[in-house]
Amino acid sequence: MDTRLLQAAIRFGLGPRPDQPLPSDPLAWLDAQLAGDDIAPPPPEGFEKAPDVAEGYRIWREHSEASRAMRAPRDAVLALYRAEAASALGWRIDTPAPFRERLVDFWSNHFTVSRRAGHAVASVQGAYVREAIRPHVTGRFADMLVAVIKHPAMLSYLDQASSIGPNSPAGRKRGRGLNENLARELLELHTLSPAAGYTQADVVQCARLLTGWGIERSKEPVGAVFRPANHEPGPKTVLGRQFEEGPEAAEALLRFLADHPATQQHLATKLVRHFVADDPPPEAVSRIAAVLRDTGGDLRAVAMALPRLPGAWEPPLGKLRSPVDLVTATFRAGGASGADAGTAAYSACALLNQPFWAAPQPNGWPDEASGWLGPEAAMQRLDWIYDAAGRLGRLDPGQVLEASLGPLAPQETHDAVRRAGSMREALALIFASPEFQRR
Amino acid sequence: MSHLPKIGRRGLLLGLTATAATAQARLAFAGAASAGAEESRLVVIILRGAMDGLAALAPYGDPAYREVRGGLALPEPGQEGGLLDCGGFFGLNPQLSTLHRFFLEGTLLPIHAVAGPYRNRSHFEAQDLLESGAAERLGSGWLNRALAGLPAPPPGKPEAGLAVGFDLPLLMRGPQHVGMWAPPRPVRPAPDLYARMADLLHADPLLGPAVADGMRARGYAATVLGEERGARNGFVALASAAGKLLAAPAGPRVAAMELGGWDTHADQSRRLGPVLGQLDAGIGAMQDQLGAAWSKTAVLVMTEFGRTVRINGANGTDHGTGGVAFLLGGAVAGGRVLADWPGLAEGQLFEKRDLQPTRDLRAIAKALLRDHLRLPAAAVAAAFPDSGNITPEKDVFRA
Repeated sequence: MDTRLLQAAIRFGLGPRPDQPLPSDPLAWLDAQLAGDDIAPPPPEGFEKAPDVAEGYRIWREHSEASRAMRAPRDAVLALYRAEAASALGWRIDTPAPFRERLVDFWSNHFTVSRRAGHAVASVQGAYVREAIRPHVTGRFADMLVAVIKHPAMLSYLDQASSIGPNSPAGRKRGRGLNENLARELLELHTLSPAAGYTQADVVQCARLLTGWGIERSKEPVGAVFRPANHEPGPKTVLGRQFEEGPEAAEALLRFLADHPATQQHLATKLVRHFVADDPPPEAVSRIAAVLRDTGGDLRAVAMALPRLPGAWEPPLGKLRSPVDLVTATFRAGGASGADAGTAAYSACALLNQPFWAAPQPNGWPDEASGWLGPEAAMQRLDWIYDAAGRLGRLDPGQVLEASLGPLAPQETHDAVRRAGSMREALALIFASPEFQRR
Repeated sequence: MSHLPKIGRRGLLLGLTATAATAQARLAFAGAASAGAEESRLVVIILRGAMDGLAALAPYGDPAYREVRGGLALPEPGQEGGLLDCGGFFGLNPQLSTLHRFFLEGTLLPIHAVAGPYRNRSHFEAQDLLESGAAERLGSGWLNRALAGLPAPPPGKPEAGLAVGFDLPLLMRGPQHVGMWAPPRPVRPAPDLYARMADLLHADPLLGPAVADGMRARGYAATVLGEERGARNGFVALASAAGKLLAAPAGPRVAAMELGGWDTHADQSRRLGPVLGQLDAGIGAMQDQLGAAWSKTAVLVMTEFGRTVRINGANGTDHGTGGVAFLLGGAVAGGRVLADWPGLAEGQLFEKRDLQPTRDLRAIAKALLRDHLRLPAAAVAAAFPDSGNITPEKDVFRA
């Protein structure tokens, strides 16, 4: 059997499912996932349709009022966040288009917002991924960047809503000033990266340019809003380019940054590290950067180029699965499905120290094995695997091994599974094997 | 194939139960397991997110202090909610009452206007370099490389101590084997199944060594911590566990911990208090557990950089440069503030916005390795490469 059939499902997907036949042509299978419209996860449990930003804020407001009146039996915002996370994780377990979900993950992590910032983010986190990330994973990077930076979740997470031009009417009246957080992370993490050599002055100019952008939470239309009274007057110069005063400057800056060669290099490096190797081969990075440049940032073209990179399939299983991906692949291999699987995955991710949508810092989760392989972390994986193997119901370990690893499993793994004393032990040994823990 | 030996199925000590960890607080141990009660202990606490040094240790005697700090300026010592005086010019944040007790006892040495060599205000680069101990990001941390200078543990003992928490900080990654400790899960495989899993994994270059270290570490921690269950969680519980493991006669000598939550871009006066309080309570709990070993202990508390001198538009502070580090413990010659104070007036700031760094944090760290752990010069040089111009700080430890 051609190992590339399995590899496509493992390296570029989320692991095989027994009820989803392996593709006959790996590249065609991957391409097909990028061709159609996005299939979003089902609405979170308890909702008829997926809640938008206005609905998230409504739930937050009602919870705050109930809390003040000492009538809040549970944290409704946290409940919303958990239901959203369970729905998204459940969909990763079920989806027939796992390559697409991997791209959603990649870009959600690139543009991290985290529940740890509190209710202002937790109330709109599902909406953020649906509105700012998912529509653009096969679209243009510049459009995703604009959607992300102007999304209330990001404006909250990186404190943009409280950054005020010191010479704006509001700044002069109230003696308020800039908050550099979003401006700095925009340059450092989202676009150029420090390798571009921008300066503190660029960060400040960028922060001045972004002033005025904030959030309207209480009256229609709810969402991002430009408040002229907070906007720093005058033109701003970022990386030698001048931008005029006013609300249009933000989008002009974002499109300028999106197309910058340093951004293309930064994105290419991260994409190749995520899909190919912890140490991204320079020629692969150059090729992806060239696709970004030649197509004007077409992320579908980029996604199609990734599995066509020389070295994209060699060596097999070169990357370590992150905790979220290990959990997802385990549930997929065991044939788990639906909201219950999503809820179990939510708990598992927290247990393995990668709580979903809750990265500790704006640079997101690490994408290298060293970030996940402390000795205790490696032991916690084994513990969780054993626990999960006991909850998957009746399965034939021989079939699970064949479907999930096939020819990629060495004789040693086959022998260990065959000699196991129980179904649970056999499954635990499959999921603990070095081949299954990698992709 | 790996050259690593397979783990034997006998002699695995498993079944540890103890206190809890949170994702914001982590702890890693290392060091020869041959430490006797008389030997030096070292704890390094990384504060991730950049602690505001001017809030932790306020220079209330600086004539510009109240003006530049505005609403974040704290009342003078003696007033309600006021600073805790440290010699008439500096005052500790009122949340740091344990640290102030150490100051009065002469076992706290704050270092102000301090920074590493990095100047670019990125959390992530700065943390990497703070932990690498070099001007560029290395694959290993300075504390790990320094451990090469410690004597090797006797046969049969855990090769490289323990870790508490889930992640190994870069500070402790590297060629020296380092163990970890984390709170236990309710369901665990039987030792025999662990051994079969480890057999399967032992040839894997990444997973094999990690699991081998993890097995040894758990066996060791179980013997020290026994069946105790901590009532508190988070950083305080981790710090307490660290103290207990370090106090054990054959315990590790070096531990690294981290505490997040310092990136106070907005509403700083409300957000900073709780995390300062956790730090203070954690260090107090660690001292309690260390018992007699406290007199041989030094703790370095460090952060990636300081924050802006002036308040930003959101009653917070943005990324800055010079900040505060704390050196404390029974082995430390403290009771004074180590600072060449640069001043807070407009012309005295770094790039007109940040506290000007006048001391290099590496001088403190090198003194820790040379004068406290008594490591050979080669180990100190390996920990901080290309830093020959940075002289270890003198007279910061008791004779």
